[in-house]
Amino acid sequence: MNIQDIKQDFPIFARQKDLVYLDSAATSLTPQTVIDKLCDYYTTYNANIARGLYKISAQATEEFEMSRGSIAQFIGANENEIVFTSGTTMSLNMIAHGLAHNITSQHNIVTTVLEHHANFIPWQQVCKNVKAEFRVAVLTDHDEVDQNDLLELIDENTRIIALTHVSNVLGTIIPLQDIIKKIRIKNPNVIIVVDAAQSIAHVPINVRDLDCDFLAFSIHKIFGPTGVGVLYGKKDQLEKLQPLFTGGEMIESVSTCDTTFRELPHRLEAGTPDIAGVIASRTAVDYLLHIGFETILTHEKELLTYCMEQFHDHFGQEIRIIGPQNSVNRSGLISFTFGSFHPHDIATILDDSVSVAIRAGQHCAMPLHMESLHLNATARVSFSVYNTKQDIDTLIVGLHAVQKTLS
Amino acid sequence: MDIYQEKILDHYHSPRNTGTLEHPTHRHCANNPTCGDKICITLIVENNIIVDIKFTGEGCAISQAAASMVTEKIKGDTTENALKLTRDDIVKMLGVEIGIGRIRCALLGIETIQKAIQCGQVNKN
Ligand SMILES: Cc1ncc(COP(=O)(O)O)c(C=O)c1O
Repeated sequence: MNIQDIKQDFPIFARQKDLVYLDSAATSLTPQTVIDKLCDYYTTYNANIARGLYKISAQATEEFEMSRGSIAQFIGANENEIVFTSGTTMSLNMIAHGLAHNITSQHNIVTTVLEHHANFIPWQQVCKNVKAEFRVAVLTDHDEVDQNDLLELIDENTRIIALTHVSNVLGTIIPLQDIIKKIRIKNPNVIIVVDAAQSIAHVPINVRDLDCDFLAFSIHKIFGPTGVGVLYGKKDQLEKLQPLFTGGEMIESVSTCDTTFRELPHRLEAGTPDIAGVIASRTAVDYLLHIGFETILTHEKELLTYCMEQFHDHFGQEIRIIGPQNSVNRSGLISFTFGSFHPHDIATILDDSVSVAIRAGQHCAMPLHMESLHLNATARVSFSVYNTKQDIDTLIVGLHAVQKTLS
Repeated sequence: MDIYQEKILDHYHSPRNTGTLEHPTHRHCANNPTCGDKICITLIVENNIIVDIKFTGEGCAISQAAASMVTEKIKGDTTENALKLTRDDIVKMLGVEIGIGRIRCALLGIETIQKAIQCGQVNKN
């Protein structure tokens, strides 16, 4: 597949001619097909779902449910195990607070220090609310999840383990399938929750092989629109989730004395969802699969390796790459520090001088930055299918400008 | 316009009024949670006049330069005037456009000073 052709799928490059977008880990750009699908809903069958008894409402409902089917297939799940939410954050909160009624002060919840706040704070809050113990696994000297420490934290009172699949700071692909097997041996009753927000764009996922109980991701990180997320849960685990929201579209019957809820997954989808967004999610998944994971992974690896080489050739020890020093188990991102320059200054100067868009700060991972890496902030570049080696050359030019401006 | 103008870079490379006062009447520390920038302020206020002020901090060029510039600006002035300084005054002082992504950095210094004056009184005994 020709990358220049891929670039043409993304209309933003025609409007922002100089843009070098190196922040796909925050949100990916959107191809024309997805934008068209969004427009199509609003211009052709703009109706609410699951209630109208007329043609365009039926069409909207059908399109909506087709997306559920596509997403289910995409991760190897059943349709009734897919709940649409507003994003990873909402999915994880729905899981955490929806399971809280099963947690008491006798229990503990285990997670790791490298989690995104979205997979850290909800668990910390639940533990605080019910006075359960919140246990956080540390990293090894090589900035990898310390599996021994993680397994040691798990005991017969562990109820939930929340793990990210790919770190949004280190880029490390965590060998979850392997870890989950070990966890199941240690405690077969534990509920395993996976934050797949970063991995979903870079690693083919099959929830059956992975053997997790819940999995969460956002559609906006896989070429889809913002405002749509996925909550996958094994059927029997979803049954345990208390609906956090109640209202329209999720009930079977309501009387003044009681309410019965609809079957799964509708019970967990109260109110009017982002209908256009959910429908276009399918187009986003189709786009990703049309390019194919193999092409994506090969391309990203090439960019990763090239970027690391260029960093080294131009700046030597001045650039410190955070996390694993090679591209083997790394998804398409690199967090780094550059001399004593503050990441915010680096980002601003890159934008001003060469229109390179990068992320700077703590990337919603304060425990990792402050307690493990002992860094106030890092700069992060991340890649997707539309990036090229020229983008990295431009980044290098920009980094020279940073050096010149601030030294 | 590029925000890294000579004046800002000058304050970044050689910040004024740095350090910690030994017997301050007011003090306060604050940080910017999105990037971990940190500023600590100590002040000596006598009869509502800011007689002396020092700051320590770490962070980006904008937060550190803005803190340095604002200490210079308010030293010798009244606490009343310091409390009156707004976002617009700080942008004017810096002399460059500050985008929405960096405005928190630019305001960290003045906000810490205002907090120190308002609720950072040091107990005499
Ligand atoms: C690892 C990880 N988890 C969770 C999230 C939260 O995703 P969202 O903001 O779409 O809810 C992100 C997004 O940055 C992430 O990278």
